[in-house]
Amino acid sequence: MGLFDFFSRNKSGNVAKDRLKLLLVSDRANCSPEILEAIKNDIIKVISRYMDVDSEALDIQITQTPSEEGHGSVPALFANIPIRDMKFGKNLPDQPG
Amino acid sequence: MSEVIVITSGKGGVGKTTTSANLGTGLAMLNKKVVLIDTDIGLRNLDVVMGLENRIVYNLVDVIEGSCRLSQALIKDKRYPALQLLPSAQTRDKSSVSPEQMKKLIGSLKGDFDYILLDCPAGIEQGFKNAIAGADRAIVVTTPEVSAIRDADRIIGLLESNDIRQIDLIVNRIRMDMVKRGDMMSIEDVIDILAVRLIGAVPDDESIVISSNQGEPLTGSDCLAGQAYMNISRRITGEDVPMLDLNIKSGFFSRLAGAFKKK
Repeated sequence: MGLFDFFSRNKSGNVAKDRLKLLLVSDRANCSPEILEAIKNDIIKVISRYMDVDSEALDIQITQTPSEEGHGSVPALFANIPIRDMKFGKNLPDQPG
Repeated sequence: MSEVIVITSGKGGVGKTTTSANLGTGLAMLNKKVVLIDTDIGLRNLDVVMGLENRIVYNLVDVIEGSCRLSQALIKDKRYPALQLLPSAQTRDKSSVSPEQMKKLIGSLKGDFDYILLDCPAGIEQGFKNAIAGADRAIVVTTPEVSAIRDADRIIGLLESNDIRQIDLIVNRIRMDMVKRGDMMSIEDVIDILAVRLIGAVPDDESIVISSNQGEPLTGSDCLAGQAYMNISRRITGEDVPMLDLNIKSGFFSRLAGAFKKK
């Protein structure tokens, strides 16, 4: 079963589920995948000046969270950015001009 | 007082009409008084699936325009005395009816039936707005495909914003053999994504094609789909029915695998 599970990651059922999850994030947030991709790339660009991030594993989502005032929901941007290495003191880039 | 249920999906071709026909029949078999309303004006289909196409004299638009009395347009199903159909108009379009007129029509049916089932057209435009106008609850039909689930998600959002509180999901045309080998999303995957209550799953079954060829809904028959529809009908009435096991062990190899699994 373990071996089967290992291969099943790439099965079309899982591919469908993953595609759908991404699709619904942008559908529900009313934000296109292109814009989300652009935000993601800009975040990587800025953060990469200070630390080495795993851009492949970076995950950003716009989700609906209950508003703090207690009525309805508001969109929130969640970003999960795995850091490979901190660059402090090593090759800190020049301040952007 | 009747319960008004709209059967909807967003995407076309996922089985709304088949579901409507079979749930209407199922509820009638449970001795509930049911009226099925085909709200797909211009693309009339429910009458054909029910096998009642030769008995239409008046239709939904005739009733709304006052060309006939409501009782003249209702077709009594001779096989199930508790079941009646209000057919749609074939030569008109969705703009012939407004949401207010639908509400009024449903209001005039409310005293006489236990359940009013509305077969909704595909899409999110006028036809959808008409169909949901008078509904208390909704049954969303989807298939385990990306496109159908995406549309179902949109529909669920629209139903919620129109204050339809109770929304139940039917996962239609599931193929357990494909789910097992990982080539189809499972029922659990679909519920996980859509986050609504599952009221039943219907397997992809050849008997459904045969039943609509013949114009005989298959609810209550021995085949898996027939049992699934009967179970969903019972759940609609509030009965607690356990989910049907859709894993039929048909082939020699799957039986062999089953035998090994037990050890």
